[in-house]
Amino acid sequence: MKAISATKATTAKVAGARGIRATCAGRRSVSARAVPLPDLPYDYGALEPYISGDIMKLHHQMHHGTYVKNFNGLLEKQADMENKGDYAGLISIQQAIKFNGGGHVNHSIFWNNMCAKSDYVEPSGALGKKIEETFGGLEALQTKMSAMSAGVQGSGWGWLAYDPAKDSIFVTTTANQDPLVTKGDFVPLLGVDVWEHAYYLQYKNKRPDYLANFFEVVNWKDVEARFAAATA
Amino acid sequence: MSFTLPELGYTYESLEPHIDATTMTIHHTKHHNTYVTKLNGACSGNAALNGMDLLELNQKVGTDAIPSDQQTNVRNNAGGHWNHSFFWSVLSAPSNTNGPSAELKAAIDGAFGSLDEMKSKFNAAAAGRFGSGWAWLGVQDGKLTVTSTANQDNPLMSTVVGSDACIPILGLDVWEHAYYLKYQNKRPEYINNFWSVVNWDMVNVYYADSVQGKVPKL
Repeated sequence: MKAISATKATTAKVAGARGIRATCAGRRSVSARAVPLPDLPYDYGALEPYISGDIMKLHHQMHHGTYVKNFNGLLEKQADMENKGDYAGLISIQQAIKFNGGGHVNHSIFWNNMCAKSDYVEPSGALGKKIEETFGGLEALQTKMSAMSAGVQGSGWGWLAYDPAKDSIFVTTTANQDPLVTKGDFVPLLGVDVWEHAYYLQYKNKRPDYLANFFEVVNWKDVEARFAAATA
Repeated sequence: MSFTLPELGYTYESLEPHIDATTMTIHHTKHHNTYVTKLNGACSGNAALNGMDLLELNQKVGTDAIPSDQQTNVRNNAGGHWNHSFFWSVLSAPSNTNGPSAELKAAIDGAFGSLDEMKSKFNAAAAGRFGSGWAWLGVQDGKLTVTSTANQDNPLMSTVVGSDACIPILGLDVWEHAYYLKYQNKRPEYINNFWSVVNWDMVNVYYADSVQGKVPKL
């Protein structure tokens, strides 16, 4: 009896200090926080003719929207399982969390990585210099990233990434909705969605054509900002 | 060995309205054709691969029989060529379908409870395959089973699919290119409509062969 009271008291003290409600069993209660579907920073038609308004609308509302809906449901489930101590259950839903949460993470980056053609400027400053040093220039980077992204088998993403350990930038890919971090401690700078839903209505099987047009609407200011934040 | 794109055996419009003609045209002449071209590119001039037929290439994925620098190439392109050749053969115009044979129906009832319950399980596997892949109805140790595979993998690739290995008798492509033009993100609707164009006569043949341990003869 004494031991349990001591535990309760300690838990209450710790819980009080951290502002978390302690349950009788000594476990804090977690609750999920709903993630909103972020708005696009531009109208659906803004990336025409490079990426069609039809695609942008479907992609944002139906694909990203569904990932967000599912992800929120899973976060609730996860919190519930954690509160009940159902750890086997909690582990069993991690794959679905990777799919849907990854979908949310990746698309949130993607929308900001693009801008209307009228706002397009080539990379400059620190990132511009890094691209020059690493790849030999913007064209070389685009050629490499297009080739790797075109080569993704099935569904996935192409990435321009930053490796803090080496202070280097490099091109890589991930499968399905795996976020870049599943490959290592890397920072996503620029992502391109190569799931067929990202281009099929407009480009059909011609993924390389989609990639060429994607590069016409890359928001390099956004990519530079991510690079600046990563190297600060 | 040189591979060729097989004929469908029906027109591109035959599966309307369930699978649209434009999708069938692009799916056959572009997607499937590319797998054939790339497979020929990998095999021609490659001593290890040149002697193998399509079935053997699929069955040997993940084993030493395929040179390590060609594993991914063979997995994607031999898989893609077999899968799509098989897929065209299990589809037919909606009016042409007679339903499962008595033997197959009995096996379905035995394994799943009913045809509807089998379809339910199959549909769930097809809808639940995240990203690109296929759903399969197959025979494993004499019993019917529903599985799904990623990308262009199939249940013949026993080394890579492990306990999901089986003899496929029915399959459904759930890569987005298989349905996006007509259904967009609505994959479950595409899966439901698929049942209207299943060529049960062919599935019955594949089932009869599978109980003798024979794989589909494409």
